[in-house]
Amino acid sequence: MLTPDDIRRLCRLARVEITAAEIADASAKLSSIVAMIDQLQAVDTKGVVPMAHPLERAQRLRDDRVTEADRHELYQRNAPLVERDLYLVPKVLD
Amino acid sequence: MHDRTLTELAADLAAKRVSAVELTKHFLARIERYDDALNAFVTVTAEQALKQAKAADERRARGDAAPLTGIPLAHKDIFCTAGVKTTCGSQMLDDFVAPYDATVIERFADAGAVMLGKTNMDEFAMGSSNETSYYGPVHNPWDLKLVPGGSSGGSAAAVAARIAAAATGTDTGGSIRQPAALSGITGIKPTYGRVSRYGMIAFASSLDQAGVLTQTAADAALLLEAIAGLDDRDSTSLDEPVPRYSAIVDEPWERVTIGVPESFFDAGLNPEVASSIRAALKEYEKLGATLKSVKLDYIHLSVPAYYVVAPAEASSNLSRFDGVRFGHRASDAIREDLATFYMRNRGEGFGAEVKRRILTGTYVLSAGYFDAYYLQAQKVRKLISDDFARAFREVDLVAGPTSPSPAFGIGQKSSNPIEMYLNDIYTIGANLAGLPAMSLPCGFVRGLPVGLQLIAPPLAEGPLLKAAHHYQRVTDWHRRMPETYA
Repeated sequence: MLTPDDIRRLCRLARVEITAAEIADASAKLSSIVAMIDQLQAVDTKGVVPMAHPLERAQRLRDDRVTEADRHELYQRNAPLVERDLYLVPKVLD
Repeated sequence: MHDRTLTELAADLAAKRVSAVELTKHFLARIERYDDALNAFVTVTAEQALKQAKAADERRARGDAAPLTGIPLAHKDIFCTAGVKTTCGSQMLDDFVAPYDATVIERFADAGAVMLGKTNMDEFAMGSSNETSYYGPVHNPWDLKLVPGGSSGGSAAAVAARIAAAATGTDTGGSIRQPAALSGITGIKPTYGRVSRYGMIAFASSLDQAGVLTQTAADAALLLEAIAGLDDRDSTSLDEPVPRYSAIVDEPWERVTIGVPESFFDAGLNPEVASSIRAALKEYEKLGATLKSVKLDYIHLSVPAYYVVAPAEASSNLSRFDGVRFGHRASDAIREDLATFYMRNRGEGFGAEVKRRILTGTYVLSAGYFDAYYLQAQKVRKLISDDFARAFREVDLVAGPTSPSPAFGIGQKSSNPIEMYLNDIYTIGANLAGLPAMSLPCGFVRGLPVGLQLIAPPLAEGPLLKAAHHYQRVTDWHRRMPETYA
């Protein structure tokens, strides 16, 4: 059972705000999801190697060289707030 | 024209019985006429489509047309399109214009296909009904009160209503096959890595795969051979040759053995859907297939394993949406401290289901829980995958239902996440094991379409499409369309 406090802690970790009104609903629904996935606990998986890739292949690596050109003007068109080519965020250092 | 399959339209274009401009205008007019009621499109790119169509006609006149040159397609709004909004069904990306094309978009453009627009979908592909979209639910063309399935619901409805010749989709847990089933069309999810994920907004990276929704298996073959194959920009893209699927489907039928997992015919399956599936299997027997019962001992754990792996990967993938470089920014959030700034941007930008998945993923990955959930789920995933591998030593294909029931009502399951998640009980296994799988129309229950699911071994898209094509040569379920759109 996930309590409203658990939900608030998860929201902080995930950096997602939910409103006070949504917390009760989130705790009920997340509890039902956790109860469902808890079925996995009963499975005997001793000696089973966890599957990291669906086809059990390794990922290819590319050569370590620069392939991207500087296109910051294009990319920054999607930014909510830009000043002198810099993305604006809240002040972190005083 | 719209009732012709993509394969037929390609022949019409090649024989110059119709021009790409005429065809594009015809589909754009149908979108204009029907999409207010369906809500299948988030963005219609009429002007660009007509430009592409004109270029396609010129290319054909020069004599260097490809089979898809001039074919009007709809693309799921999860594929980045340079210069055209890509929303992923989310307020987070309501005004996002990607600076580049996804590989799937690029390859279709290179083939000369025309883009009609971007289709509606569950937010970040998280849903089985298309109800989680920021742009509102898509309505099922067979009955507007019902869902078309999801998450590729807009693509499915567009093809079912014949307002696009075919459409792209993505499938992480059933998001191509389940809407194809509920909307009465054909859909294929290829082998993991068969089609590049570059420029496809990530949900769960070890499961996501792009595919297509079409009227027929032959149409799907034609589209798949244009987009499959190695792409250096996706490190999980498979370095394997791409067979000519459109030629393979027409090869003569060979005797195949089809595995039938009895666990797919459980108490959760609607009995009338079960009868349709059994009838389709009989049809395969008539074609000369041998049916064989197979055991998938761990398949009942695919839903819980998926709801650990997928949310865990989603919580990581979606951390990029922070409202700094792109995405929704809450008004005045800049005045908050950094943590609150992120929380407000993401709190406003994401809908309820996406938040639930992020929180679930955060929970299963949080300190002290990793081994119990994520690692255990990866082990169960291995057991499920081994089940399929064992079955494929004895059979060529595995067959069963795509979805436990026909289309359900809008709002009917949206308040109960577990009930919604169980829609994908038969489709998730193929994602966990990385296998190619299809859904094809195989009957109707009370006027609503039913989908037969076929699952094949890795990279066996050719035999899979061929088996579907041969079924469609002797049945006409895939030719039926909702009367309103005839």
